[in-house]
Amino acid sequence: MLTLAHFLTLGALLFCISVAGIFINRKNIIILLMSIELMLLAVNMNFVAFSRFLDNMDGQVFVFFILTVAAAEAAIGLAILVVLFRNRRTINVSELDSLKG
Amino acid sequence: MTLAELQLALPEIFVLSMACVVLMADLFISDQRRGLTHLLACATLVFAIIITLNLRVAPGEVFFAFSETFIRDRFGDVLKLFSYLVLLAVFVYSKHYLRQFNLFKGEFYSLSLFALLGVMIMISASSMLTLYLGLELLSLSTYALVALNRNSMIGSEAAMKYFILGSLASGILLYGMSLIYGATGTLELAAISEGLTMAAGESLLVSFGLVFIVVGIAFKLGAVPFHMWIPDVYHGAPLAITLFIGSLPKLAGLALAIRMLDNGLGGLHGDWQGMLLVLAGLSLVLGNFAAIAQTNIKRMLAYSTIAHMGFMMLGILAGTPEGYAAAMFYAIVYSIMAAGAFAMVILLSRAGVEAENLDDFKGLARRSPWFAFMMLMIMFSLAGVPVFVGFFAKWQVIAAVLQAGFVWMAVLAVLTAVVGAFYYIRVVKLMYFDEPESDEPITAPVDFRAVLTVNGLAMLGLGLFSGALITLCVNAFAA
Repeated sequence: MLTLAHFLTLGALLFCISVAGIFINRKNIIILLMSIELMLLAVNMNFVAFSRFLDNMDGQVFVFFILTVAAAEAAIGLAILVVLFRNRRTINVSELDSLKG
Repeated sequence: MTLAELQLALPEIFVLSMACVVLMADLFISDQRRGLTHLLACATLVFAIIITLNLRVAPGEVFFAFSETFIRDRFGDVLKLFSYLVLLAVFVYSKHYLRQFNLFKGEFYSLSLFALLGVMIMISASSMLTLYLGLELLSLSTYALVALNRNSMIGSEAAMKYFILGSLASGILLYGMSLIYGATGTLELAAISEGLTMAAGESLLVSFGLVFIVVGIAFKLGAVPFHMWIPDVYHGAPLAITLFIGSLPKLAGLALAIRMLDNGLGGLHGDWQGMLLVLAGLSLVLGNFAAIAQTNIKRMLAYSTIAHMGFMMLGILAGTPEGYAAAMFYAIVYSIMAAGAFAMVILLSRAGVEAENLDDFKGLARRSPWFAFMMLMIMFSLAGVPVFVGFFAKWQVIAAVLQAGFVWMAVLAVLTAVVGAFYYIRVVKLMYFDEPESDEPITAPVDFRAVLTVNGLAMLGLGLFSGALITLCVNAFAA
């Protein structure tokens, strides 16, 4: 039998993977964008699990809004990525170091 | 949904409609007549001021709308009015800059108005859902604004960094919200506040949720150790956008903190007070010391923002109505001061060259005595010299923190403010006692000069008559 704890553990694991993906990754910005999406999906997992086990619809409504915002966020992220690539000819994280001080 | 509910949200509905109108109208306006878009955007703000003033609620009155997701109270009305005023000043200042740098496009105005809408929704949020949506509307618009200059290497890098860290912050905040939802079974802030007293068995969920939410808010405010994006974004963004993100979102940050931490998690005040103490202390120390080392004025003002956000958090952590009023006063005053300071940097920029370095201020008193005097007042106000309004803002938050019983924190705040005075007064020294490096006359349109003069004199005027603004803030939290 799956309990709330199982879902929360899965959500927490996904969240940790996405945070690790943002901080450990030094190579490719697209992986950063994927990590951010994964983070929002981990939150969705939490909301849906709580909503199901608390028998309360609010959480599922929130999930729809998060999905919509995640789509808009991905669009803006990829647009900035295109601008960045056109200017610098690279999407390597470790080469983004012209701003310092 | 009744007509009365729609009327409560009339300012938001108006700004949303006008943002769409500006977006569409701009398509039919030729480049030579782009000034029309500017006028339309400014008119939107003026009418928004009129609507909000006409529909303002009395102190202590609270109205809810849309299944309790939207709140209309005095705090929100006052904060919204100052948001319009700050954005109006930002529009006037940035027009001059955008013209010079060939960025005078309609996107700036529609994105700014959408960002303003996001700020207004955050200010009026009474549910975690509306709070999150307002925050994302503000953030997504500002990510795009930072990348406004598509040919700028540092601009696109700053936009990318801002996007990654901003999304990370939203994700962390959202994770905290999901845990709080799990513990209390509701998204409404008022119901969460009630639910927390009964959710004693879920204390692990609640404390985890609280930590994530505080970290998310600290990221958005730019408090140390979550400040790393602020200097890079301020430096990389075009000056007009730095002016924008340096002023308006600070009011939103205050609203986010007060709605979430007071209206929602007020019952856990003892728990988040300690976290805010650490964040505020670190911000005050690191912000002020790092600013000394900067030669780029945008970076210097970025570190000064971090220090000022530390001050603002002092008011919030007190957790009393007086403390919140002090924090609100601080946020309003800071956004006016920051707008003035960045406007001065715009004033010194010439076509194609941003006046980024402190050396550009050398001998300004000889080139333009009047605007050097304005900068002097803004810098003295930021430093917290008595008579100027910045002093009263610092005084209020330090009084609030003393009342909460943290004498050591008040001492730390005063000491770091003295350190901060060094780099503000260094700018004054450069302006008045150094030789100018160029003799080019300072030119700016009449509206720019007029608004900057009002902004500079407001430092003194609001300082001399600070009682009125303080009363306004105190009334906002009157029960």
